[in-house]
Amino acid sequence: MSNEEKFQVSTLAIHGGRVPDAHAEAVVYPIFQTATFEQQETGVTKGHSYSRVSNPTVDALEQAIGALEGTPQAVCFRTGMAAITTLFLSTVKTGDHVIVSDVVYGGTMRLFREVLNGLGIANSSLDTSDLVAVERAVTPQTKIILIETPGNPTMKLADIAGIAAITRKHGLLLAVDNTFLTPVLQRPLELGADISVLSTTKYIEGHHATVGGSLACSDEKLLERFRLVRKTIGAIQAPLDSWLTLRGLKTLPIRMKAHSDTALTIAEWLEAHPYVARVYYPGLDSFPQKALAERQQATFGGMLSFELKAGPAEAIAVMNALRLWIRAESLGGVESLVTHPATATHADVPVETRQKLGITDGLIRLSVGLEAAEDLIADLRQALDLVFGGNSERSADHEVCQPAR
Amino acid sequence: MKFASRLVSFDVAPGDPYRPMATPIYQTATFVQEQATEFGPYDYSRSGNPTRTVLEEQLAILENGRRGFCFSSGMAAITCVTRLLHSGDEIVADSDLYGGTCRLFTRVLDRTGITARYADACDTETFAAQVTGRTKLLYLESPTNPLLRVVDIRQIADLAHANGALLAVDSSAMSPYLQNPLDLGADIVLHSATKFLCGHSDVTAGVVVVKDEELAKQIYFLQNAEGSALGPFDAFLFLRGLKTLKLRLDCQQKNAQALAEWLQAHPQVSSVNYPGLASSPGYLLQHRQARGAGAVLSFTTGSVEASRRMVEATRMFSICVSFGSINSTISLPGCMSHASVPPEVGAFRELPADLVRISVGIEDISDLTADLERAFAVADTISDPVTADEDTSEVA
Repeated sequence: MSNEEKFQVSTLAIHGGRVPDAHAEAVVYPIFQTATFEQQETGVTKGHSYSRVSNPTVDALEQAIGALEGTPQAVCFRTGMAAITTLFLSTVKTGDHVIVSDVVYGGTMRLFREVLNGLGIANSSLDTSDLVAVERAVTPQTKIILIETPGNPTMKLADIAGIAAITRKHGLLLAVDNTFLTPVLQRPLELGADISVLSTTKYIEGHHATVGGSLACSDEKLLERFRLVRKTIGAIQAPLDSWLTLRGLKTLPIRMKAHSDTALTIAEWLEAHPYVARVYYPGLDSFPQKALAERQQATFGGMLSFELKAGPAEAIAVMNALRLWIRAESLGGVESLVTHPATATHADVPVETRQKLGITDGLIRLSVGLEAAEDLIADLRQALDLVFGGNSERSADHEVCQPAR
Repeated sequence: MKFASRLVSFDVAPGDPYRPMATPIYQTATFVQEQATEFGPYDYSRSGNPTRTVLEEQLAILENGRRGFCFSSGMAAITCVTRLLHSGDEIVADSDLYGGTCRLFTRVLDRTGITARYADACDTETFAAQVTGRTKLLYLESPTNPLLRVVDIRQIADLAHANGALLAVDSSAMSPYLQNPLDLGADIVLHSATKFLCGHSDVTAGVVVVKDEELAKQIYFLQNAEGSALGPFDAFLFLRGLKTLKLRLDCQQKNAQALAEWLQAHPQVSSVNYPGLASSPGYLLQHRQARGAGAVLSFTTGSVEASRRMVEATRMFSICVSFGSINSTISLPGCMSHASVPPEVGAFRELPADLVRISVGIEDISDLTADLERAFAVADTISDPVTADEDTSEVA
């Protein structure tokens, strides 16, 4: 199916960039689990030479992600961090400067602190919801801005179009980590960004079964640069993981809709709960940047976080009392997960920085899965009741939730 | 727990010290014994495999059965059930069966002295008239494929039990989300899991779930003895696909309902078979014994040639056998999935040669109707004087 045709996103997820299997006409593209490819004559290949460089199954995934992003074939990586590492190794060199959102995945912060800073690549981590602060941080050495919106874990948003105006004016690149929303719910490239970054581990694959990442952009030269670096450092996605990701991608639009619907229901329930101090979810009227979310997102996504009025000990106790929600890192899969950012995803972030960013020790992050909202709420209710004693939510009927695991 | 929660909230790796979120793929043929004469819970993957066990237990729960069994294909599952019969036993089956099942019943089982007779199971009296003292198994699909007739499972279950026979229901077109035949009195529920259960056209697999422990022991014995169990990697893919079953089917079914109504109003369509249409003869029964009409439908155009041209002109509908996948597929059952129906069986069923079957996927409905509209226009460009009646012999 050609990419020129305009299809709805749920159709694109299935047919977009579909590479026909020329050999056997299989409806599902084969897994080319091979390290190398035979040469027709010495040095002459049919497009693939070695699976560290390229592989037909990886190509099929890249075509599909490209179709969803509205770009040429994307570039896929073994992990999301391999994609981000390649992004910077491709766009900056010693002496250059990078601006990064202050609220980002802890692993991205660690990449700068432990690796890139040591190579002479400087970074400013700042509040990218503040356009004035962003422009003020631009120096002659600045080459690229990476934002994460919504930011992990406090859901702080950055105005993609606003920052794109700054990067255009100063001749910089703008990369957006769109992992929380995916191209189904947010289109950074259409809002003026140059590069879309995805941890495909999350919603794209969606079943907690693989780790992976991707970079998409419209600039063929930049894509070539990504492929060159990927080949050089050996960061390409594996054939089987590509195939599994391709399989997950097909249900992405219907999953994102379910994740978003349920997350909004849970966010509203939590906000009304007497023991909950605040809920961070862009779909709530109380969310300071709700208008921005409505402007640049299709819906509000499946991620939210909240804080109890009580302290960290109670937050941990509530997490431990959950039975349906699974305590695990990662997000975006069919199973609902609960994470304690301060000790898990953001454990490597210095404590002062965490406090400043609102990543308090009492913050609980939820990745809302595909379970029924009633069951997920019943589990949260029983955990809160258990920790705070009795019927913590006075008005509600107590539902019985089957212990899951 | 609600169905959506049950699909994703279960122990995916019982006892596993690492607590992974996805079930480990135990791609191993055999298992080490602690002692020479003592086996652990697993000894050989034909007999049992931890990845398959997780899947089989989940399926038993979803079907409200006692034990589930997974096979390398739907036909392997059906074959296993027929192995419960002995030489001299008889099967009475509904006349609108999947072609492969007909082939098994008529061309394979006859070699072992088992005979199959076919009758319209929607007409209980006619169907009952075929039952004899030697009938050991009643067999049906509901809704049927490809005519989407709805069979009263409870009535046929009563008939089976009054005659000392078992009722097996192939519920592939429904999945446990929409229908639980065991709750309606069936003894055995079968699935071609290749369809909705796996849902991505990437696995061939079959399922048997039973509620009687004695029957379960027999099925297990046969599965192990004949070596027809599902492999570990396919079991993993199956488990992964199963988690989105409700989401996929909700979307597919909504699309199917819209498409059925759209087809019904289309001037080039003469009839539409879909139990979700209020005009369908099976509408009331379907809504009594199932929780939805599913995502498979069929229709006729009045002309074999027009049907063929229309099918070939679609671009978003892959022309292929099988159904239930997230991508929409289209077929001419008379020439494809049901071509293996032996002629003597074909006589019992009225399968119109111009019948087009569609399995509706999760694409956007506006893209699907646009594609069909274009295909109908292509089919219409060449005038076609041949009617379906005159053309039947050619295709059969």
